Amino acid sequence: MGLLSYYLRKIFSIVRGEILVLPSRVVVVLFFVTLIAFPVLIDDPYLMRILTLASIFAILTASWDLLSGFTGQMNFGHALFFGVSAYTAALLNLHFKIPPWGTIPLGALAAVLTGLIVGIPCLRLRGTYLALTTLAFPIILMGIVFALPDLTGGELGLSGLERLAKSRMLAYYISVITMGVVVSLMWKITDSNTGIIFHAIREDEVAVRAAGINTTRYKLLAFCLSGFFAGIAGGLYAHYMRITGPSTLEVSMSFQVVIWAVFGGVVTIWGPVGAVFILFPLLEFFRFWPEFRLLLFAFVILMILLYMPEGLLPWIRDKMENECPRCKIRNVATRKTCRICDTSIH
Amino acid sequence: MISDIILTTLINGSTYALLAIGFSLIFGVARIVNIAHTAFYMVAAYCIFFGTHRLGMHPVLAMLMALIVVVLLGLICYKLFIEPIREHEAAVLIATIALAMIFQEVMLLIFKGDYRTVPPLVPGYMDLAGVKIGYQQLLTIAAALIILAGVWAFLIKTRLGLAIRSTAQDREVANLMGMNEARVAMLTLAVSVGIAALTGAVVLPLTVLNPHMWMAPLIMMMAVVVLGGLGSLKGSFAGAFILAFSEALVVFLIPKGAFLRESVALSIMILVLLLRPEGLFGVYFEEER
Repeated sequence: MGLLSYYLRKIFSIVRGEILVLPSRVVVVLFFVTLIAFPVLIDDPYLMRILTLASIFAILTASWDLLSGFTGQMNFGHALFFGVSAYTAALLNLHFKIPPWGTIPLGALAAVLTGLIVGIPCLRLRGTYLALTTLAFPIILMGIVFALPDLTGGELGLSGLERLAKSRMLAYYISVITMGVVVSLMWKITDSNTGIIFHAIREDEVAVRAAGINTTRYKLLAFCLSGFFAGIAGGLYAHYMRITGPSTLEVSMSFQVVIWAVFGGVVTIWGPVGAVFILFPLLEFFRFWPEFRLLLFAFVILMILLYMPEGLLPWIRDKMENECPRCKIRNVATRKTCRICDTSIH
Repeated sequence: MISDIILTTLINGSTYALLAIGFSLIFGVARIVNIAHTAFYMVAAYCIFFGTHRLGMHPVLAMLMALIVVVLLGLICYKLFIEPIREHEAAVLIATIALAMIFQEVMLLIFKGDYRTVPPLVPGYMDLAGVKIGYQQLLTIAAALIILAGVWAFLIKTRLGLAIRSTAQDREVANLMGMNEARVAMLTLAVSVGIAALTGAVVLPLTVLNPHMWMAPLIMMMAVVVLGGLGSLKGSFAGAFILAFSEALVVFLIPKGAFLRESVALSIMILVLLLRPEGLFGVYFEEER
């Protein structure tokens, strides 16, 4: 009993001292609580479907940020990982009857392998060359998909996959919890030593090499990690939609990922995730005016970028919080003094 | 068969070369990866369609109108949306994608998604060794080659061309030498968009008009630019004809080749990049200071 109250008090003090002090942390906690509680409160299949797909795309977009935002390896063909994994999962499920919990990790492994195959030629390229070359890979694969309709279903794709879960609610929870775990994992990676090296490679690769770090290995690692997480998203998508078509490899898919990530603010992991949860429902909302849907979407993006070129969420965060000039700890914008070292912020 | 391949190569090659030169000009000078470049080409094609079919203008007059409209549109978009965020490269990239989407959607709203065609400027065809060659095809090739030569002369002979080339080589030193970098960037954008508009005008009678027609040339244009080397005119020219030739070979010689068209062309690009990471004629851009 004493132990229980000790832990309760500890949790309470953590919530008060670490979460309630910063509005951004409160928002993150509220976001996850809402996601978990949502199907219990509102049982609307349409909204649940939007949130499930948003979670899946959030994984994909965050994995793009891990590779392109952090390591600076501009990838314009992120749909490749997504598509390879979706097709692998579909083929394994249809031909070998492997259930979803087996096909999704195997699809992710296939995406890791793709990451290696793509990463090796891309190691020699930088900047715009890299961006335009990576754009080519999904298109090459799409040509092969169209040329082998017996295996891949051609234009119609592969349909009739096993459901992700028996009930709609279970599928929702699987996607949302996978999203939470995978995104936290990515956030942890970017916070670790490896993440710092990724950061440094983007800023100055020569300097990193001069510091005795094998940048080639880390760049390949970034490709593989990003491929793995994007692969998980691809497998989830294939089993949730129960169909895998060439649309998973399209250029617009790759562009969509870049739009989401840059809109939300790159090099944050949480930015792209938030952006997907804002933009994906927004695009659905614009369905009320079907002919103006994409036009409004593009216009919103253009306007936001014009005033917040760093991305929407970092901009909002900077309005709500500022950094202590001495100890670099973030504080609520309303505070006069730093909450740790008591220096005056203004 | 052989003459078909040669004809297709020439037409596609000159289209790709024109698009790629415009794209690499604005990249070289202002470091803007303009995804909307082929969208401008689409807009120009629709302007001509509008001029000839709705307003009943003479085709040549309509082409002139399209050129002016597209250049003005390009400048307005640049001033309003690109220039304020130029120091954020990723944001510029997304802004150009969004612009391309906006053009596509506006064209869809005005002209609907129908596939439309425009009659050739000069009807009729001639028979050359058993192959029908339309006069319009010959005209397209000739016009494209003339425009290419014109761009070449503009860049090599005129003072503005010199300014553009030197800014592409080194922005800061060009600025120190008294060139107004912002103005050169704007003029380059006008030139690059103008070339895109002319390309649209030239190939319009040979293609089918629809609001999604900017996607396919966009990919090939980027492949050409990467293959030839960013910012290299010679490279864009050579790359365009190499890729167009390989495309034509695949389409005519391999069964189901139309599906593999882009795959083969892009694989060639990647193979070349493996051997020469800076492209065929590429110059390594020095790191920005």
